[in-house]
Amino acid sequence: MSLELLLFLILALIAIASALGMLLSRHAVYAALFLVLNFATVAVFYLLLNAPFIAMAQITVYAGAIMVLFLFVIMLLGTEVLPPSPVLPWQRPLAFLLALGLLAESVYLLFFRQRLTLSLPATIDPFSGPKAIGQALFTGYLLPFEITSILLLVAMVGAILLTRKER
Amino acid sequence: MIPLSWYLWLSAALFSVGLFGVLARRNAIAILLAIELMLNAVNINLVAFWRYLTPGQMNGQVFAVIVLAVAAAEVAVGLALVISVYRRRQTVVADELDLLKW
Repeated sequence: MSLELLLFLILALIAIASALGMLLSRHAVYAALFLVLNFATVAVFYLLLNAPFIAMAQITVYAGAIMVLFLFVIMLLGTEVLPPSPVLPWQRPLAFLLALGLLAESVYLLFFRQRLTLSLPATIDPFSGPKAIGQALFTGYLLPFEITSILLLVAMVGAILLTRKER
Repeated sequence: MIPLSWYLWLSAALFSVGLFGVLARRNAIAILLAIELMLNAVNINLVAFWRYLTPGQMNGQVFAVIVLAVAAAEVAVGLALVISVYRRRQTVVADELDLLKW
């Protein structure tokens, strides 16, 4: 097994374990910090995929800005720990059955239908930089880019309007 | 060399965990966290397909950047909604916000 595969397996284990930790921790601050760990490992996956710009954007935007916003709101509201929820009587058997079905389907796909053996194209250093992304964004994808900027503006106005003091 | 399907499996696993979080958690902020996880899994898919299928064009990475921006906008509005709801109802438990249910 090559070093790359080993790195992938370890990172995948950390990513899934931290996702499960986010899911299972009752304390909302711990959940947010587990998600930060998950985002950091996903950034390393992007580096493995020759996409350094996306990796850095992942670190700064996701693990930086978005998670700080989350932690700020969690601590502002002071609702870190909630009591456990009441469980419906038929909920657990049904969930078990459906999860079993999904698992069977995935195992079938993974072990009996796996034909996706693509060879990795040659390294693409000149294309993987931020320059190429910027060129693509400002030429071929100019309209989606502008729509995204309007979306951000609308989100900003919406956030300010929603949290304004009531009169 | 890592097969493409490994990335797809990883992203599917993360997406499933996020989906379970959205469906099962009661804290509205935890639901938003799980949505972030799902968006992230989609981004892994996009970048992996870009790397293995069309590394010469930048389409996959451009999509990933746009998903990133949309995620940031979604979080800002979602957390504003949570704060606004908390001001009126003094709760962030999603089960109790059933004003529009019936």
